[in-house]
Amino acid sequence: MEEFVLIMRHEDGHKVASPEQIEIWMKQTMDWIGGIAAQNKFSGGTGLPFEDARVVSSKKIVTNGPFGEIKETIGGFITVKADSVDEAVEFAKGCPVLQGEGNTVEVRKVAKGDGAH
Amino acid sequence: MDKEELIPHLFRTEYRKIVSALCKRFGFDQIEIAEDIASDTFMTAAQTWGLKSIPQNPTAWLYNVAKNKAKNHLQRDHLFENKIVPGLKDNSSDTPEIDLSPQYINDSQLQMMFAICHPSISPEAQIGLSLRILCGFGIEEIADAFLTNKETINKRLFRAKEKLREEKIKIELPGVSEIDERLETVLTTIYLLFNEGYYSVSQNKTLRKDLCYEAMRLCYMLVENKYTNKPQVNALLSLMCFHASRFEARIDKNGELVLYEEQDTTLWNSDLISKGGYFLNCASSGNKISKYHLQAAIAYWNTQKSDTKDKWGNILQLYNQLLQIEYSPIAALNRTYALSKANGKQVAITEAEKLNLTDNQFYFALLGELYTDVDNIKANQNFQKALSLAKTQTDKHTIQKKIEIISAFL
Repeated sequence: MEEFVLIMRHEDGHKVASPEQIEIWMKQTMDWIGGIAAQNKFSGGTGLPFEDARVVSSKKIVTNGPFGEIKETIGGFITVKADSVDEAVEFAKGCPVLQGEGNTVEVRKVAKGDGAH
Repeated sequence: MDKEELIPHLFRTEYRKIVSALCKRFGFDQIEIAEDIASDTFMTAAQTWGLKSIPQNPTAWLYNVAKNKAKNHLQRDHLFENKIVPGLKDNSSDTPEIDLSPQYINDSQLQMMFAICHPSISPEAQIGLSLRILCGFGIEEIADAFLTNKETINKRLFRAKEKLREEKIKIELPGVSEIDERLETVLTTIYLLFNEGYYSVSQNKTLRKDLCYEAMRLCYMLVENKYTNKPQVNALLSLMCFHASRFEARIDKNGELVLYEEQDTTLWNSDLISKGGYFLNCASSGNKISKYHLQAAIAYWNTQKSDTKDKWGNILQLYNQLLQIEYSPIAALNRTYALSKANGKQVAITEAEKLNLTDNQFYFALLGELYTDVDNIKANQNFQKALSLAKTQTDKHTIQKKIEIISAFL
């Protein structure tokens, strides 16, 4: 069994959703994660709120948030257990973030720390 | 209470106190001596009370006799040690003091709980020892609860005590740095003890109820002490109150299980439901949500019989969280049932098919339930599979009834 991180990316962090809309998304996200956990395939993860977000650039310049020049923002990630990348991809397909046009879920294998990576 | 009832009753309530207090005084390695003195005390009581009348204050009488027996033991011990190792101790032959005050008894019992619920022995042994030493159960009752014989229980308890002695377990509360971790084991044992009564296969209803109430009493002791009165302890107590509120309704006269849907709600204990609410409220201080918080919240919703979308939406979210903390097949199945109630059968069927719990009768029972009225042929197939896996008569009977209903629509 391998571990994969599913990274949720939003195309445009500028868009502001209503609290009601956010609540619906939250529930959908929790249902999605709950469905993975019900298969005993959930390892961990967290949402990444936008407040207190900073970007440090190469000249050590600090800017507020991942907004502005950067078009994409990371909304959160979860780590799942899967037999193959294909299984992890199937989990990713259920992610409610994908309802938003241009949003993506990036699937990445977690290095095992056995020196192989 | 007459004589025949009084001694067993006192044994249940006082044996554990005497053992804990004496064991605390002597040290855990002398637990058998503490047990012997306590048993001896009751023998003396049975003989004396049988010949004469019952003393005015039987409990005080028992404590006095236990104290004297303990003092005699210590004096003998003292003499022995003074002969073998003279000069190591001062030779004063003060009468050793034995403290059986309520405070000392209470502290010893609490500390004993941590000594017994030690991770070095198996959960089964922890429950056995808890029943014997913290709850004053007889070996036969413990054997009955575990559906085994006295010999097995005696062996199990003996080995567990040996192990705790080897580990040099002290009867004391753990330090602040390890309290949460140690408390976790204690709570697990208490909850297992409760479940032993709640889900037991034993037909003895009184015994099962006793197991549940004993578990709640132990948990309440933790709530009463400010050092152990933590949110997760209150959450567990709340959870047990909510569950226990349905005790009368979920088992019928013949000891058979009554399904939630078919329970007579007038038999639900409203006092325990409100106590559950009270402790759930107490549990909401602090910022950590334990699995007991989530289970207690689910159990709260289960005390609401009305089938609202709101209820099932809440239960679904609680199971979503619970499964992230700790996976269990039963939580996964219950979560999927809640999903069907909140978001519809189609979604739930898709999710259920992914669970892959093909050696679990309840998995097929759930699929049967979900396919009912959606695809009755598949519903029937799944109920048949569930039936082939079912172990108890009650389970078989329940599934058979479902099959009969389905068959009418095939």
